Amino acid sequence: MSYMAKPKVSHPNMPRNKLGLTVRDYEGGVSTLCAGCGHDSITAAIIQAVFELGIEPHRLAKTSGIGCSSKTPAYFASQSHGFNSVHGRMASVTTGANAANRDLTYIGVSGDGDSLSIGMGQFAHVIRRNLNMCYIIENNGVYGLTKGQYSASADVGSVAKKAEPNRQMPIDPVSTAIGLGATYIARSFSGDKQQLVPLIKGALTHRGFALLDVISPCVTFNDNQGSTKSYAYTRQHFHRVIDADYIEPSAEIVAAYNEGEALPVQLHDGSNIVFRKLDKDYDPTSRAAAFSFLRDSINQGEIITGLLYINQSTGDMHSDENTVASPLSQLTYDELNPGRKKLAELMHRYR
Amino acid sequence: MARSERVDVMVAMNVQTYAEDMASVRPGGWLIYDSTWPRSQLLDREDIDVVGVPLSRMCNEHFDTVRARILMKNIAYVGVVAALLDIDVEVIHSLLGETFASKSHLVESNLEAIRIGYDYACKNFQCPLPVRVEKMDKTADHIIIDGNTAAGLGCVYAGATVGAWYPITPSTSLMDAYKMFCKQYRVDEEGKKRFCIVQAEDELAAIGVVLGAAWNGARAFTPTSGPGISLMNEFIGFAYYAEVPAVIFDVQRTGPSTGMPTRTQQCDLLFCAYASHGDTRHVLLFPSNPAECFYMAPAAFDLADRLQTPVMVLSDIDIGMNDWMCPDLKWDNEYKPDKGKVLSAEDLQGMEKFYRYLDVDGDGIPYRTLPGEDPKGAYFTRGSGHSKYGTYTENPDDYQEVVDRLLIKWDTARGLVPEPEIQYSKFNQNAILSLGSCDGAVKEAIVKLKEKNIGLNYCRVRAFPFSDAIRDFIDKHDRIYVVEQNRDAQLRTLLMLDIDAAPEKLLPMLHYNGLPVSADFIMDRVLDESAKGQAA
Repeated sequence: MSYMAKPKVSHPNMPRNKLGLTVRDYEGGVSTLCAGCGHDSITAAIIQAVFELGIEPHRLAKTSGIGCSSKTPAYFASQSHGFNSVHGRMASVTTGANAANRDLTYIGVSGDGDSLSIGMGQFAHVIRRNLNMCYIIENNGVYGLTKGQYSASADVGSVAKKAEPNRQMPIDPVSTAIGLGATYIARSFSGDKQQLVPLIKGALTHRGFALLDVISPCVTFNDNQGSTKSYAYTRQHFHRVIDADYIEPSAEIVAAYNEGEALPVQLHDGSNIVFRKLDKDYDPTSRAAAFSFLRDSINQGEIITGLLYINQSTGDMHSDENTVASPLSQLTYDELNPGRKKLAELMHRYR
Repeated sequence: MARSERVDVMVAMNVQTYAEDMASVRPGGWLIYDSTWPRSQLLDREDIDVVGVPLSRMCNEHFDTVRARILMKNIAYVGVVAALLDIDVEVIHSLLGETFASKSHLVESNLEAIRIGYDYACKNFQCPLPVRVEKMDKTADHIIIDGNTAAGLGCVYAGATVGAWYPITPSTSLMDAYKMFCKQYRVDEEGKKRFCIVQAEDELAAIGVVLGAAWNGARAFTPTSGPGISLMNEFIGFAYYAEVPAVIFDVQRTGPSTGMPTRTQQCDLLFCAYASHGDTRHVLLFPSNPAECFYMAPAAFDLADRLQTPVMVLSDIDIGMNDWMCPDLKWDNEYKPDKGKVLSAEDLQGMEKFYRYLDVDGDGIPYRTLPGEDPKGAYFTRGSGHSKYGTYTENPDDYQEVVDRLLIKWDTARGLVPEPEIQYSKFNQNAILSLGSCDGAVKEAIVKLKEKNIGLNYCRVRAFPFSDAIRDFIDKHDRIYVVEQNRDAQLRTLLMLDIDAAPEKLLPMLHYNGLPVSADFIMDRVLDESAKGQAA
């Protein structure tokens, strides 16, 4: 399938963001994924989120690995640079890109195969580095491009199309991320755009590593009866435990929240995430509580969604490394070169 | 002068290797040993002088603690050697002062141990020996430095800001040096760093970090050794095809597999030249000493940025970890990094449309843009098939157009890489062609062979692909000894592959046991070949 540019169909009355751009300015090429693929809904949510945030298109950098999910950065933000890397290595490329220029907004798109099998090492270590990025796993439990083998996120007993039931234990990216100390952890469902858009906006704004695990059914290989990653199963079992509203830095929190159910958390740029707790016992700022709640829900066969954990008290790779505020890639050579005299002085150390 | 295989004076302090140590002494040489305990008569040699010093007994008598008695043996023999070789004791004193600057109480006991050895030798032997140390002034304006330190320093001067690595012998000290020099020169008034070092989880990630950073406009590098390059292969191919700059230092160690990580070889030549699956070729630089490691660092970054491709600097353990004497390193303040064809926002505004992989200038090098500059410059970097417009393709013609253009770029590279170092006389029909750390041994062998009336020219290649000067050099000679430190004649193979050099002209001369090649090795082989030639 060749690349196709999406024709720009725009209406003069389309809403514009603070930059005066419409949602069309954040779209990309035409998707070559199967009709009905969950990934395309996530792409639409990403477009909506970056449009609403008013990110300058060229200040966004898109990265990915290999797989159906990793093709999607070609389908949004065509005015942003993209780096479609090798299988399971999106995290390291994003680390380098961020090391070179800390001022851009980084969105990495990966899949369950790309992150939990071949890229498990990089997934774990990018969390450890607390890289300032939004890391999305488009999670469907199977390898689509190679025709439907189980991935490491497939549940025990789940049955994909034309396959024996899966017998191996799944790796849950959310539990893994909590264990490893990620600082913004959310799960959602590709069919729930209302929940997904604010979660992406929060993840892009959060300083530090933000994980979004999005259940995204594969219509071709894993949407059948018996699959635990199908649309039908996910709709029946997903349970919004905690919704989050993203509030712009300048905006006031105006929505009406019931007493005890709303919990505002301020992000570094002054914007707010307001948690709406549908389950009033849930505490999204406690790592231990988040982990135990998550494991209980897994045992009950529930897919809990929402912003499950947030920690705004840490920095990111650059604050840990104590690098200068301006991007390293933009330092002039004069700021980097010690010069001839310093070298002549240094020679005395090696006499 | 290269390292010699002959031992003039052996100090045998290690019981386990005593027989081996003694066997390595040249006829007429000297063996110094601890004569506290009797030596097996079986180990006697008639053709060397044996100098027995009761080091253990003397140290037991002079020092109170067990620890000192054991440790000081190894210092006492320094006194013996100083007396025998006429080494200035004052120099040893000042070195001890430097070594134990923070533990001054140790200076006294060490000096005492040296004095014991020195006095014993003076009293019991005729000092000095016929071989001795003599003070000379040949070292003015020279330094003693190892290649990894020099390369790390070179990266600082090249303006590299992102270093990513996974610890591996023998390249670790390169990143240690980069870090040390950055702390010295790259920390601003507020203590903020103008560099970022990522110790990655493995080499797969280290090279990924380098590509991400270089894609984003920083000069980025990774130091590693053979096993690390093995892991980096997939990304190296990506960088070749997607045209992302990268600088990789491969401090070669003895392979295959884990091999001998503390021994030297030049065994990654072929592997690095064509690293990764598919049709790939990579620019390689071959430093021959630490000074060249320093100067080749900025050269590597300039080439990587200019050519938008990975550049590998292949040193080895001998260069990287051993101290060498080199002329003082100097810096030209006129140097400006060559960032290559990078379009600014201003450039982009003046263009109708930007396409990533067009050969605008006919040199095979396209223009690139950096993220964050301008929406007009946006493109999708991919390792999958792409057209010259940067779009995904499975179209046969569009695919082939791009990989053919990469060959044009390869020829451009041929004209940009460092030229070989050539010693030429029209009276010599035969020559040595070599690279890297063989240099000292080759030059010494050429001088010694000249004394035996065998005149040889010399070409030291400094980069791959091979420039026209190398082709001309080969054309001008009847026979060329290709001296290299690997089993499979990899440099010779590269000459055949890259410039169609005639195999019958190229005689492999291979040293690959893990020790640095010596002048004697080369000289003996050349003499053998010359004798064969005359017999025939």
